[in-house]
Amino acid sequence: MLEWVVDVSVTLLAIALLISFRRLVLGPRLEDRIVAMDLIAILTVGIIVASTAGSGQRGLLDAASLIALVGFLGTVAYAWYLRQVAR
Amino acid sequence: MTAVLEGLTALLLLLGSILALLAAVGVLRFPDTFSRMQASSKASTLGLACLLAGTALQFPEVAVIVRLLSIAAFIMLTAPLSAHIVARVALHRGTPLWTGTVVNEYDLKACLPRQERKEQP
Repeated sequence: MLEWVVDVSVTLLAIALLISFRRLVLGPRLEDRIVAMDLIAILTVGIIVASTAGSGQRGLLDAASLIALVGFLGTVAYAWYLRQVAR
Repeated sequence: MTAVLEGLTALLLLLGSILALLAAVGVLRFPDTFSRMQASSKASTLGLACLLAGTALQFPEVAVIVRLLSIAAFIMLTAPLSAHIVARVALHRGTPLWTGTVVNEYDLKACLPRQERKEQP
């Protein structure tokens, strides 16, 4: 039962990833693209965690925490860049 | 006991992925940068917390649970922070609000740094 649920959950998260990629391509301003990038990082962490629950590969959790850290740093760096440009 | 834990894990995984999907739909469908940011930061934080809790029920080991808890704490600390930073930059750059916005209580001069505020009285 759990394998089936993990498959459904990873599929839903992949659909969410595709939708946020659409906003990343579409976004009229740079801020929309930053929001989409942040959401993509969080969704990637979610996919890794859900597939860990299915497969039992616990080494993947290090990659998940690393992606969370890098996603936050990337968001702050993009915001800092926009602030510098706006001046 | 194992069956109960498995059912709880399944429930939490489904709930978390549905919340993450709703966050993505909100980011696609909302009309405004600020409302998109709200959908992204709130719904995805709750969805990821559900996913992490559901995974933690499957591993009865301290190392895995501590890692999952640290990811959850980090996401819950940084998601509002990054939303705040991006909203401040968007407001400063003059990102347009939705045309149906009823009230805008924010004074743009208040978000400038202090020396620039003195230059523009």
